[in-house]
Amino acid sequence: MQRMNSVATELRTLPVEASRSEPEEAPYLEFRDLSKIYATDDGPVRALDGISIGQRKREFLSILGPSGCGKSTLLMIAAGLLPASHGQVSVQGQRIGAPRTDVGIVFQNPVLLEWRTALGNIMLQAEARKLDRAAAERRAYELLDSVGLRGFEHKFPDQLSGGMRQRVSICRALIHNPPQLLMDEPFGALDALTRDQLVLDIQRIWNESRMTVLFITHSVPEAVFLSDRVIVMTPRPGRIDEVIDIDLPRPRTLAMRETPEFTGYNRQILDLLLARGVLRER
Amino acid sequence: MANATGTSLRTDPDEHLSIEEVEAREKVRRARHQSHDRIAAVLYPVATMVGVIVLWEVGVRAFDVPSFLAPPPSQVVATIIEHWQLVLRNTWVTTVEIMLGYLASIVVGVPLAFGIFMWPAFSRTVLPLLISSQAIPKVAIAPLLLVWFGFGLLPKVLVAFLIAFFPIVISTAAGLASIEPEKIYLARSMGLGATATFFKIRLPNALPSIFAGLKISITLAVVGAVVGEFVGGEAGLGYMLMVANGSMDTPLLFAGLIALTIQGVALYALVEWAEHLAIPRRSTAATATLQSVTG
Repeated sequence: MQRMNSVATELRTLPVEASRSEPEEAPYLEFRDLSKIYATDDGPVRALDGISIGQRKREFLSILGPSGCGKSTLLMIAAGLLPASHGQVSVQGQRIGAPRTDVGIVFQNPVLLEWRTALGNIMLQAEARKLDRAAAERRAYELLDSVGLRGFEHKFPDQLSGGMRQRVSICRALIHNPPQLLMDEPFGALDALTRDQLVLDIQRIWNESRMTVLFITHSVPEAVFLSDRVIVMTPRPGRIDEVIDIDLPRPRTLAMRETPEFTGYNRQILDLLLARGVLRER
Repeated sequence: MANATGTSLRTDPDEHLSIEEVEAREKVRRARHQSHDRIAAVLYPVATMVGVIVLWEVGVRAFDVPSFLAPPPSQVVATIIEHWQLVLRNTWVTTVEIMLGYLASIVVGVPLAFGIFMWPAFSRTVLPLLISSQAIPKVAIAPLLLVWFGFGLLPKVLVAFLIAFFPIVISTAAGLASIEPEKIYLARSMGLGATATFFKIRLPNALPSIFAGLKISITLAVVGAVVGEFVGGEAGLGYMLMVANGSMDTPLLFAGLIALTIQGVALYALVEWAEHLAIPRRSTAATATLQSVTG
C-alpha cells in the first residue's frame, strides 16, 4: 500500500468548514481538504473533492449520499485503509499514515469467517489484539446478549440469518471497546424490520458506550434517527453539500419518526437530494 | 413432499384430524420419505450394477463369446481369487508409486502456488511456463523418463507427479487470491500481522479450493503411475495389464481393471476424508478458476 506521507508536501492550509458546529472543541476525527482520485481505464475519476469536516468526540455523525458519491471511500480513508490523494485525515491531531487499529469496522456485508462460530468470529478481534481470553469471552457473551444472540454463540455463519450475521459483525467491532466505530451501510442488505431493530440496538449501544461513530448510509430516516449531525454529499465528485444538525431528544423512539420535527429533517434532506438531481419526482 | 400435500388437498381425508395429529402424521411421513431416500441412494446403483453383471454373464454364455474377448464375470472373480497374491502385490506397488508422486506434487505444488500468489513477478515468470508445459502430453514424456531413470520406481513416480501437480498449483493459487477484500481490511484494522493474516484468514479461506485441486490430482496421479508402468515397468497393475494383454489372459486383464477401480475410489475417498478433517464445515466452496490466478 502506498504511503500517505508523500501527500504531506502538497498540503495547503484551508479554513475548516466544519468548525462552525462547535468551534471551541478540537475535533476528534478531522478531514482537511481531502480528495481521492482513482485511476481507471477511462482516465482518472475524482471520487472525493475537497472534503473538510471535523467530528467531535462521542458524536454520531452520518454521511449520506447517492451511490458512487465516495462516501465508502471516505470511511476507508478514515480507517487508514486507503491513502488520500490530496489533503489529510487526523485523529486527535495525529495524522493517519497506516491502518488504524483503534477502530471497530462494520461493513455492508458481515464479512464473517465461514469456518468460525459466531463466538469464534468475535474472538478473532480479541486474538488479533492478544486480549485476555477469559475477559474477552465474557465481553463477547455480554455483547451477544445485548443484540439478542444468546444461544447462537456456537452457530456457524451459514446457520444464521442475514440480520444475525450482521449482529455478530457488530459484536466483533465492539469487543475491544474501540473509541471509534466506523460503519459502512451496515444495514443496507437487511429487511426493513431487521433494520429498525438494529438501528435501535445501535442507538442503545452508542448511548451506553459513547463511542464516536462515523456512519455511512443512503437511508434518510436512518441517518436522521441516529445522528447528531448528517453530512449530505453531492453526486460524484463527492463534495459536502450540507451539514445538518439533528436537534431531536434522545433516546429516540420509533414513534418519534412521525413527529413533525423528524419529518421536517427528512424533508430538508430530500429537498437537497431533489435539488441536486439525485432524486427526481417527475 | 409437494406431491403428497397435493394429493391430500385433493382428496381431503384430514378433516377429522386435529392439527396436532396432522403434524404427527407429517413427521412420520417425512421420516419414512427420508429413510426411503437413503435406501434408494444405495440400492439403485447396486441394483443397476448387479443387473449389468448378470446380463453380461448371461449374454456371454448365451452367445458363446470366447473368454479372451469377454470373459464372464464369474471367471473374472475366479481369476481374482486364484491370483489374489499377484493382484494384491501389484496393487501395492502401484499404490506406492501413486502416493509418492502425489505427495511430491503437494510438496512442490503448494509452495509454488504460495510463491505465485505472493510475488507477482514470480507469477509472471513461472505461470506462462507452467501453463505451456501442460500442453506437453505427459504420456509422451514417459519414454524419456525411462531413458533417464531406468525401469525402477522413480520414472513412475515422476509421471504421476508431473500429471498431478498442475491442478494443485492452480487451485491453491486461485484459492489464495479469491478472498473478499473486506476480510483483509478487517485483519489490518485488528492489527493482525501479515503472517497471522495468512494463516488465520487467507489459508483457511483457500482450503475448499485447495481440496478441489487435491481431489482432481489424486485421480490424475493414478493415471500417471499406470502410464509409467505401461511404458517400462517390472511390477504394478499397469505392468500386470500389459503382461495379461500380451498373453491374451483377458480375465486377468479384467481383474487388473477391477483392482485399479477399487484403488482409485479408495484413494479418492482418502482425500475426501482428509478434506472433511481439514474443513469440518464446508459451506460455499471457492471455485478454482485459472482466470482468477492469471487475471
